[in-house]
Amino acid sequence: MIVLEKRPQPSKAWSYATPLVAVLATMVFGGILFAILGKNPIEAIGTIFWEPLFGEFAFYYRPQLLVKGAPLVLIAIGLSLGFRAGIWNIGAEGQYIMGAIFGAGAGLAFYPLEAWYIFPVMVIAGAFGGWLWAIIPAFLKVRFGTNEILVSLMLVYVAEQMLASVSLGLLKNPEGFGFPGSRNLQQYDSAHNAELIAGSGMHWGVVTALIAVIFAYVLLNRHMLGFHIRLTGEAPRAAKFAGVNPARLILFCLGLSGALAGLAGMFEVSGPSGVVSIDFNVGYGFTAIIVAFLGRLHPVGILLAGGLMALTYIGGEIAQSQLGLPAAAIQVFQGMLLFFLLAFDLLTNYRIRAAHSEVA
Amino acid sequence: MDLGEINPILLVASLMVAATPLLLAAIGELVVEKAGVLNLGVEGMMIVGAISGFAISVETGSPWLGFIAAAVGGAVLSLLFVLLTQVALANQVASGLALTLFGLGFSALMGQSYVGVKPPSMGDIHIPVISDIPVIGPILFQHDPILYVGIALTAAVWATLKYTRIGLILRAVGENHDAAHALGYKVIKIRIMAILFGGACAGLGGAYISLIRVPQWTEGMTAGVGWIALALVVFASWKPWRALLGAYLFGGITVLQLNLQAAGVAIPVEYLAMSPYIITILVLVILSADKSSAPAALGRTFHASH
Amino acid sequence: MTTPLLSLQGLTKAYPGVVANDQVSFDIGEGEVHALLGENGAGKSTLVKMIYGLVKPDSGIMQLRGQPFAPPEPRAARADGIAMVFQHFSLFDALNVAENIALGMENPPSMGDLASRIRDVSETYGLPLDPYRTVGDLSAGERQRVEIIRCLLQDPKLLIMDEPTSVLTPQEVDILFETLNKLRSEGTSILYISHKLEEIRTLCDHATILRLGKNVGECIPAETSARDMAEMMVGATLQTPERAGREFGEVALDVSGLSVPSPSEFGTALKNVHLTVRKGEVLGIGGVAGNGQDELLGVLSGEIQTPADAIRFNGQPIGKLGPTARRRLGVLTAPEERLGHAAAPDMSLVENALLTGSVREGLESNGFLKWADTRSFAEKIISAFDVRTPGPENAARSLSGGNLQKFVIGREVLQNPDVLVVNQPTWGVDAAAAASIRQAILDLAAKGSAVICISQDLDELMEISDSFAALNEGRLSAPRPTTGLTVDEIGLMMGGAHGMEVAHV
Repeated sequence: MIVLEKRPQPSKAWSYATPLVAVLATMVFGGILFAILGKNPIEAIGTIFWEPLFGEFAFYYRPQLLVKGAPLVLIAIGLSLGFRAGIWNIGAEGQYIMGAIFGAGAGLAFYPLEAWYIFPVMVIAGAFGGWLWAIIPAFLKVRFGTNEILVSLMLVYVAEQMLASVSLGLLKNPEGFGFPGSRNLQQYDSAHNAELIAGSGMHWGVVTALIAVIFAYVLLNRHMLGFHIRLTGEAPRAAKFAGVNPARLILFCLGLSGALAGLAGMFEVSGPSGVVSIDFNVGYGFTAIIVAFLGRLHPVGILLAGGLMALTYIGGEIAQSQLGLPAAAIQVFQGMLLFFLLAFDLLTNYRIRAAHSEVA
Repeated sequence: MDLGEINPILLVASLMVAATPLLLAAIGELVVEKAGVLNLGVEGMMIVGAISGFAISVETGSPWLGFIAAAVGGAVLSLLFVLLTQVALANQVASGLALTLFGLGFSALMGQSYVGVKPPSMGDIHIPVISDIPVIGPILFQHDPILYVGIALTAAVWATLKYTRIGLILRAVGENHDAAHALGYKVIKIRIMAILFGGACAGLGGAYISLIRVPQWTEGMTAGVGWIALALVVFASWKPWRALLGAYLFGGITVLQLNLQAAGVAIPVEYLAMSPYIITILVLVILSADKSSAPAALGRTFHASH
Repeated sequence: MTTPLLSLQGLTKAYPGVVANDQVSFDIGEGEVHALLGENGAGKSTLVKMIYGLVKPDSGIMQLRGQPFAPPEPRAARADGIAMVFQHFSLFDALNVAENIALGMENPPSMGDLASRIRDVSETYGLPLDPYRTVGDLSAGERQRVEIIRCLLQDPKLLIMDEPTSVLTPQEVDILFETLNKLRSEGTSILYISHKLEEIRTLCDHATILRLGKNVGECIPAETSARDMAEMMVGATLQTPERAGREFGEVALDVSGLSVPSPSEFGTALKNVHLTVRKGEVLGIGGVAGNGQDELLGVLSGEIQTPADAIRFNGQPIGKLGPTARRRLGVLTAPEERLGHAAAPDMSLVENALLTGSVREGLESNGFLKWADTRSFAEKIISAFDVRTPGPENAARSLSGGNLQKFVIGREVLQNPDVLVVNQPTWGVDAAAAASIRQAILDLAAKGSAVICISQDLDELMEISDSFAALNEGRLSAPRPTTGLTVDEIGLMMGGAHGMEVAHV
């Protein structure tokens, strides 16, 4: 008989090891899944993890890692602060959409004026859009005790309808021959979030994501507010005793995560995507939840996890075109990763042992 | 715009159909939460139920087998939640999210070859005389059998929780798992049974969407119904009959907005389509003042230390 | 010689790092009230859990009336006539009395029959109880009655009671003892676990004393002095705290006309509370658990906000200030619940030192944390209060109850508070640690701080406090000087016997 025994304190070694073990387990079970789908598992795993980094067309894929990784990291950093405090914003997808709508809307309002201040205005507008969408559940939770999980999620569906509405109406390209979708911001210089070094994939969103990582690291390790965030998550009553104002913390965490998700949406719409359209959002807001957990809610961990998840996106696309692996298989693969991570996390706080061997 | 085209009898009848997936999922989750477990994976279990039921009824030609498969599919997915939260003692919120993310991907994978396929029809029941009563007949007595299963399930869950010993034990486990353990009840076992029941109910609800309500398969077709079901449990203050009432209320809103869309009301389609979600938020706000009926151990992990 | 009801032979149970029971043997006779005496951590709870089937012994055997007895689970123990009243009640707040009792029975009758049987038993044994009341609304004494009646309905051969009087007023203790004596006269055996010596001398026929998991002696309590039993229990002569004659200064904390609702559903609202503490004074606040102690601490710590004027510190209104602002002024508190309230279980002692120490110890500047200073503060607490731990980086939950309590009290005392409020400072703490904590509280008062000590341990309050008041259903009695108070007077201040009025109808 196997029993679990709580460790006197969390194991440092396992807290670093679990993400790696989870990735390995996902590769094994993902391989089995690919085999069931009739693909060569070694080849499929190789395509996903090797091809984008070291394959023949790596020069094209490597910049893509930054492009895909930046929004994931940016959103996940925001989410991780809330998750640490036990505040569950799972509506980042909606905040991402609203950031894009507000950001693009602010830019297009100036069209065709060319001016240096347009892009900064868009950045602020994007952050504001995401913040606004996240502050709704925060306010409702503080004022009425409403569950922020359900409200933030409901607002994703509302945001998707908003996106459909503006793509067909308010922001529709007047010169678009009746097709839905906005003007392409890539062709509007003042509003274009262009690559900072051509061909590198490095745009303002990547820079912002890196700043966010450093900011979060300092906040959590060196600042009272970060300490209060961690304390609230570990022991809410102790946090109140320490003088934490739970309402302010909720407003801060949800507001910040919304603003970061909004920024991610804004940088995406003004850069890699270029257009506000019905299918603008591709689930970064949800994948970022996986990234946050895979990075163990630690800023540096999230940076690494964001890179890994970007890899599976790009590798998945390659596997889709080269091996005919269905897109949904990658989604399952990412879901599995979260499963294994949560399961193996047990080892951080518990020891597994045979029930009879420990008898003294 | 022509509101005259909306037929009130059909409206009420289709309201019951729209409410049933919500009701099935909410009743299952209600039992899970009564046992002290918060499973946020309802959406994932529903969508897996939707594709399992769809695939099996297309392959076998039997909607009944399809619904059984849907219940099994939902329960199997909830078994993953069991492994995470009851065995590996993982955080219930994170595990529920994982279940939903995984379920959405997995259903899309399974459903690839079923897009655009038409499932076999279950057919509505027809009881002579009763079903032919004007107005009441078409509203109440001309539906598919699963709709009545949903209502029967509500009654059964209500009676079980209120009058039976197993219901009492389930409530006790959800109220104070340490005390229940001290009295010798198997907390984990009871919770596992509740989670599996919840999974099966969510699976049925999902299949109701893909086999009866729509009926066809598209990716992500549950479109948040699982999340609304979670809100419904709060709305119902963990009481089965109030869940039924709430489901019909939400069903009514959904059907009404669809009818208004069809009738070409001067409100843009997108705003009508977002209305059920906004109303869910409003209802949550109104009802969240009263938390007193929530099971006290809801969402807390149980580990028998000694 | 007759066969004993229950015979324990060489019971041993080890947990990683600690042997909870080491070769424990003793017998309980038919119709005997047998005391199991020992300090916190002596292994009493583990022992009774083995008898009740919650824990399996590693070795050793048990015999019930000469037959081998090894219950795999509580259900089996109950079937063999073993019943247990837990120290922390295993009750369900949201369910009613009858439902709670039904949960403890193997084959409960219908709710209606059960309700009338509950009424019968409660009248027979003088334990009034309404079967349809919600348990969360009952007082601690009434909640204990639920547990006892649950046990009695099963006609137990052996009734195990784990620290039953810790939640009772002196009057309620008398009622309980009458009930237990009646049970004994009917032939029921009772295993009575306690560390209160006088009680055991009054009630028990026989006593077994445990220390560090070992049976260190047996005695007939009526023929043994409390002092001898105490020394067997502790294994050394105890030091009682020293207390010099004290002069009191001006009023440091003044609470007047304070009424607040409880933040928790089954909590107790405070009703028109008045109190003052002078500099150098220790005010003891007694009362049975659940009569507003947590709420009073919350109000004084700043976790619960009140009208500004309701609480004054050196004349200044502080009712609207939060915990941090009050710490800055010098009003410090230590809550009852160590893990999760006074300290964060999974955080290190360094982080836990920061938890309340940041303002007064200057551990932050502009919000940025000074980890090196925080670490030295944690080390200072550890060395000054003899906290046994490998180092300040260890998680709070890795410490034993007594060591963590010393850390929590030490953390506040070392910040030189003007007012210190402690709730249950020595609950679940071994005698040596308890003595050092009480000494620290007295030393602090001697230096001129005002101290409020909320406790359910009357002996403790009599030992350290200058004046005494009692909380009863959220109301605080008028404080009186401790010297000269009798047990009866204290009992009446605590509200006499709760809920007895039902008996008269």
